[in-house]
Amino acid sequence: MFALKALKSIQNVPHSNHSFRILNEFFRSLSLCSPSFQASKPLPKAESKVKCTLIPGDGVGPELCVAVKEVFAAMSVPVEFEELFLSEVNPSMSVPVETVIESIQRNGIALKGILSTPFSSSSGELQTLNMKIRKQLDLYANVVHVKSLPGIQTRHKDLDFITIREQTEGEYSALEHESVPGVIECMKIVTEEKSRRIAKFAFDYATKHGRKKVTAVHKANIMKLSDGLFLKCCEETASLYPQLKFEHMIIDNTCMQMVSHPEKFDVMVMPNLYGNIIDNLASGLAGGAGVVPGASYSSDCVIYEPGARHTFGEAVGKNIANPTAMLLCAAKMLAHVNLPDYSQRLTNALETVIASGKARTRDLGGYASTTDFTRAVISSLAF
Amino acid sequence: MSKFLRSLASLSRTRIQYRHQSTDVRTVTLIPGDGIGPEISSAVQQIFAAAKVPINWEVVDVTPVKYPDGKFGIPPKAIESVMKNKIGLKGPLATPIGKGHRSLNLEIRKVFSLYANVRPCRSIEGYQTLYDNVDVVTIRENTEGEYSGIEHEIVSGVVQSIKLITEPASRRVAEYAFDYAKNNGRKVVTAVHKANIMRLSDGLFLQCCREVAEKHPEIKYKEMYLDTVCLNMVQDPSNFDVLVMPNLYGDILSDLCAGLVGGLGLTPSGNIGRDGAVFESVHGTAPDIAGQDKANPTALLLSAVMMLRYMQLNTYADKIENACLDVIKEGSHLTADLGGNAKCSEFTNEICSKL
Repeated sequence: MFALKALKSIQNVPHSNHSFRILNEFFRSLSLCSPSFQASKPLPKAESKVKCTLIPGDGVGPELCVAVKEVFAAMSVPVEFEELFLSEVNPSMSVPVETVIESIQRNGIALKGILSTPFSSSSGELQTLNMKIRKQLDLYANVVHVKSLPGIQTRHKDLDFITIREQTEGEYSALEHESVPGVIECMKIVTEEKSRRIAKFAFDYATKHGRKKVTAVHKANIMKLSDGLFLKCCEETASLYPQLKFEHMIIDNTCMQMVSHPEKFDVMVMPNLYGNIIDNLASGLAGGAGVVPGASYSSDCVIYEPGARHTFGEAVGKNIANPTAMLLCAAKMLAHVNLPDYSQRLTNALETVIASGKARTRDLGGYASTTDFTRAVISSLAF
Repeated sequence: MSKFLRSLASLSRTRIQYRHQSTDVRTVTLIPGDGIGPEISSAVQQIFAAAKVPINWEVVDVTPVKYPDGKFGIPPKAIESVMKNKIGLKGPLATPIGKGHRSLNLEIRKVFSLYANVRPCRSIEGYQTLYDNVDVVTIRENTEGEYSGIEHEIVSGVVQSIKLITEPASRRVAEYAFDYAKNNGRKVVTAVHKANIMRLSDGLFLQCCREVAEKHPEIKYKEMYLDTVCLNMVQDPSNFDVLVMPNLYGDILSDLCAGLVGGLGLTPSGNIGRDGAVFESVHGTAPDIAGQDKANPTALLLSAVMMLRYMQLNTYADKIENACLDVIKEGSHLTADLGGNAKCSEFTNEICSKL
């Protein structure tokens, strides 16, 4: 405690880059002492930089990445981005998907904008780039924490729930065929192994984050076998976690409840397509696609990307997109690579800017540009 | 194929015109349903009588009967009645869970080949929700898609569920959506899809919508991803007009929209088929308040109003709808679900007195 106070007084002294680093190291060692912290990667050495794959994505993605890089530079974050442009709508400029996968496997972390998925790919494939990345890296769990940010005007106050989505199978299997002309069959695949895995992930997540309840979202009354299997796996997993309340809800009812009583929900777990729907619905309630961060986990790597996946293509080059979601993703990434002090600073600065309402982008009812907002965040960085 | 369908469509149009001219009393099948069904059905009958609507009710019971093959299903008498009258009004039906026979709602849809489900959701003055200016109509393909019921376990622990999209069914619902928009003075039809992920199946659905849209240049046509619709719907529902979509998306969005305006107790629903239509309230049977004169008949009444419009009895439809909305707006005779303490019969009498 005293040490902290002493350190705080040092902060007021005009600092050089050197004192900065000492400070950071100190804080890092502090956070290491806390028993709750678990790092899945070997800890970075003080002098080395953390390497992170950066995929700007389509639409406003590159602009938002500029915002992230500017803020990181202002904080001198010891993170080095390995930037790879991947795109399905601009195939000539895109690096091969294998390069990206190799980079993420090597670094273990990535920050990713949104990839636009056209109706048909140039090569006539059914699989989208997103599907390929998720399949090959086995990024099975998508987690979106929907939390109201003070300062954003929304209809519902104090939202705080987590949606967990299985994202390697289900409707996103890319198995479709035309059996006779004019008749198309599209497969939805649900397996016991993956359903059980996501259920376990959800219950573990709820336990680790001190949540009370897990809701499984399904449509097993109609899709009795496929969603029935998913539900069965969730129910069986639930019996292993007696301290958590478990309930299940049909997807259409979930949507209806969510727009009227979102406070009913805590942790939600669901198959692929329903996850896509609920993520977007929930982001809409919390203030839009520009403010909700998300993350996709495999057993050994994480991709941080905005929770509602929209490229906002109509705003390209206009400098009006809201970088909040991307910055929050970056903050989560920093916490994950064991740089919690930087993460906290960034989050605090963001919250200050949003709460003050002085730099509001258009989606939040203001007229600030992306650059204005980024500058406001930089000038609010404490320390 | 398309020529055949077009001739079919024109055939049904002539039938509507014929119906238009007839002024005699028509018979409508009434399925009161379970739970609160009988109460709200008699409320609707009372209001219709007070408004002197030229309709005869033929009340039928759809309690499942055992067929010779051992399966349970709708009694043949009920089927005959709807087949003969071509129009039905249906209260809520209880679906027994896990008893080996499928939902009666599905059965009715299948038997009468009701291919389009129409759910208008409008903000009701006098019942405040967090969302204003909602005026959305969801039109949902009702016979195939994710609800095809084709599922199998390939190997233990791996289940495959097939979503079936066909050209005739997609075209049929698209045609209906544009006809509906035209007949009801709507401006924009939006096709809701996920063709970026399900490129062939939803792609086919979109293709059909586009082709139909070309024949209706006076209606604006848009395409939107399902997730974008969800995101924008809760932020500003006034951006949407008529939405047309495959089965599952329609199921989800229609309930979502109902949630915006205050729940299923206030939203009407119609199922349109090739040679008939069944209008229904989609809320539950509320067994806890059944028989206590507490239920709210609004959803069934508004469904009946939709039915009158379908039968081209627009003056009666307007009269009843206005009376119902006026009573809710005044707020002195509201049922418990709307925050009042009136009984179902008091609410009904009040509407009758407004006619």
